[in-house]
Amino acid sequence: MTEKTYDVVVIGGGPGGYVAAIRASQLGMKTAVIERDKLGGVCLNWGCIPTKALLRSAEVYHLMQNASDFGLKADGISFDIEAVVKRSRKVSERLSGGIGFLMKKNKIDVIAGEAGLIDPTTITVKSGKDSQTVKAKNIILATGARARTLPDLEPDGEVIWTAKEAMVPKSMPKSLLVIGSGAIGIEFASFYNTMGADVTVVEMVDRILPAEDAEIAALAAKSFKAQGMKLLTGAKIEKVEKGAKNAKVTVTTSDGKTETHTVDVVICAVGIVGNVENIGLEKLGIKVDRTHISVNQWCETNVKNIFAIGDLVGPPWLAHKASHEGAMVAERIAGHVDIHPLDTSKIPGCTYCHPQVASVGLTEEKAKEAGHKVKVGRFPFTGNGKAIALGDTTGLIKTIFDEKTGELLGAHMVGAEVTELIQGYTVARTMEATEADLMGTVFPHPTLSEMMHESVLDAFDRALHI
Amino acid sequence: MPISILMPALSPTMEEGTLAKWHVKEGDVVSSGDVLAEIETDKATMEIEAIDEGTVAKLLVAEGTEAVPVNTAIAIILEDGEDASALEGFDVNAESAPVVEAAATVAPAVTPTASEKPNTQPATGSRIFSSPLARRIASQEGVDIASLAGSGPRGRIVKKDVEAALAGGAPKAQATLQAMPIGQQPAIDPRVYFEDGSYDEVPLDKMRMTIARRLTQSKQEIPHYYISVDCELDALLQARKDLNAHADEGVKISVNDFVVRAAALALKKVPDVNVSYAGNAVLKHHHADIGIAVAIDGGLITPIIAKADEKGLAAISAAAKDLALRARERKLKPSEFEGGGFSISNLGMFGVKNFTAVINPPQSAILAVGAGEPRPVIKDGQVTAATVMTVTLSCDHRVIDGALGAQFLQVFKRHIELPASMLM
Repeated sequence: MTEKTYDVVVIGGGPGGYVAAIRASQLGMKTAVIERDKLGGVCLNWGCIPTKALLRSAEVYHLMQNASDFGLKADGISFDIEAVVKRSRKVSERLSGGIGFLMKKNKIDVIAGEAGLIDPTTITVKSGKDSQTVKAKNIILATGARARTLPDLEPDGEVIWTAKEAMVPKSMPKSLLVIGSGAIGIEFASFYNTMGADVTVVEMVDRILPAEDAEIAALAAKSFKAQGMKLLTGAKIEKVEKGAKNAKVTVTTSDGKTETHTVDVVICAVGIVGNVENIGLEKLGIKVDRTHISVNQWCETNVKNIFAIGDLVGPPWLAHKASHEGAMVAERIAGHVDIHPLDTSKIPGCTYCHPQVASVGLTEEKAKEAGHKVKVGRFPFTGNGKAIALGDTTGLIKTIFDEKTGELLGAHMVGAEVTELIQGYTVARTMEATEADLMGTVFPHPTLSEMMHESVLDAFDRALHI
Repeated sequence: MPISILMPALSPTMEEGTLAKWHVKEGDVVSSGDVLAEIETDKATMEIEAIDEGTVAKLLVAEGTEAVPVNTAIAIILEDGEDASALEGFDVNAESAPVVEAAATVAPAVTPTASEKPNTQPATGSRIFSSPLARRIASQEGVDIASLAGSGPRGRIVKKDVEAALAGGAPKAQATLQAMPIGQQPAIDPRVYFEDGSYDEVPLDKMRMTIARRLTQSKQEIPHYYISVDCELDALLQARKDLNAHADEGVKISVNDFVVRAAALALKKVPDVNVSYAGNAVLKHHHADIGIAVAIDGGLITPIIAKADEKGLAAISAAAKDLALRARERKLKPSEFEGGGFSISNLGMFGVKNFTAVINPPQSAILAVGAGEPRPVIKDGQVTAATVMTVTLSCDHRVIDGALGAQFLQVFKRHIELPASMLM
């Protein structure tokens, strides 16, 4: 069999890899994607998308339970967890199929199998007994990451879960304990809590959502507690004793007391590790730092014409960061000059719990640490007409400006639909808007986005509706 | 997928080109290396070659079309096995097919690393693209934003650029000396002074437009100052005579070759003259790349003798002859006339005693060389005759101060007057 030669071969068909492939093909380069599982990667099959489908079910369930608040009657409300999971899987399948269509449309060869680097231009693809070799002028590594597991906490799909198992529960656990309060941990905690489970979150540092602004995280925590969630911060897992149907988790709390929690399920959400194994990185001498490939600002590895993007490289480990890197690398390979390295301070982050959390840029604490004299604006959901009409008045929009230059250093939100709002501030940060530009922008009434305007006005003591 | 052939950027500064000649017609089968077309820029003519095999499906730009912007699709090539149906719905300008598909034979390929450098093209229009934050910081800190090079999308000036300028001691804006918008239009249209029919109006060609634009820009941006020195030439003329008498067939060293050599050595000895002003930094060049102004039909061009400091007289002479010849034929590659750190303009052959020259950016100095002529000089209190040549150095005061320029001329003069020192 003759080897096919490509301008670009992407290893991994997740949101980083498939976007890199589309962009490369758009730029006229002959492109292939090698994927061992399903197109769309973790994001689409086991991450962002199916969790959003689950959380939507939880949201509708929550609204139905509170139907009377809206003058509606709904009796005998219940759910079928199998059907909820089935819907979530269908959403993933539909989107994965969509990626297949995009590959076809862009004349990208999709090669199914496990890729292995032979030399800087040769890759073998093994699929069962079959094996083939492809040649590539440029290789983009986009093999992604998987959940980090802890010793004694290997996921078994029964009592110990990672995000992957948490996404397809066979039955509804009555009680569960989530280790880790980052975006993934909190989303599952929120889902299962809304669906009626008894949820405990254990976080090592002294607050939940450690990456978020402290004030926003505190508001979210207050809301979660009001919804019945138990939050153990500054707490340490001492041991997990796994039984057949449950687990006994011993936790040392922040005040030094030892508690034992017996739960149906433990969800381990303590970060990710890059998929760096079995690709042949060692053979080519590609530098790896712990479980992530080392790259420069252009996602170039230490081996010429081999790039790495997404979860396989440095943080933040977000799908949209991977996609952006994928497109950037394709343009760089094509020789585009007007491209720019990714500035992580301009990448928004979203957590789809109830209430939602979204942010971009520096937290108040980090801004002060960086030496900025700041002006902080706040606007609560209680002051917004649309929020009151929605019946969802828990939340706050906080903006942080440099006092001298008026640079929008960061924006932090908690509340309904804030994940859809954050983009306004992201554009502002990317274009280097100052408070004057944001104040001069007309926000439509009545929308939640008006709070974005008011928060900016408040930072300069000019808020109107409070 | 059909391949769009794009108007290539033959040099970093090229914005548009003329499609001088098609070497293929629609339906032709081409293979890698075949010449597709000739592209003419203001200073050179270049061939573009096919990279891949295929069939020419469409020529999108007619022969002779001027001012075709860089990266415009000029032709479509169908790959092997594709027929015209592949063109349906194919958007030739869809973002741009890859530059890699249509590489000019000689042009430096646009390398990805180019993007690491800030776009150093100074803004030529009156509108300066900058972010609100960049403008605010610039105004707070008194930085003249018009003087900055932007590193943002499409050369937009962003916060980082202003901060870099501040860190590097950028020129502060002066209320009395606002940056003038640079245009090719003179402030007053001269036509108002003359009756119709009392003159012939000849449209400017590209080279003339370039000269007008670049030199206007140079004089408006660069604070020029001038210093002159007289150099006695008798020893040099004797050395030249001796060398040429014993030189190999075809080698004839000119006075100008000595001048280039002397300048190259002086640049090595006074390296702070061999620099470029980069807004937030000074680029100190490792080699003496010396431009020599060559008058050509319809204008002038300054081809560059690269690494003149590493070349002997014969090599300089050969390079100068070759460059001048190809300049007159307009066959120079952009890399042979762009850049450089220093230039020499010699009008001695016209009997000019002395003159001043305009600096050729990104260089920071130019040496104007007058004629060698017998003049009375005083030696040991006696008036005596000597062959004397006056040279005048134009310097960019932003990077070369007076004493530094004078130091350079002192070394230059010593080499000219003691030609044996050029052997070292």
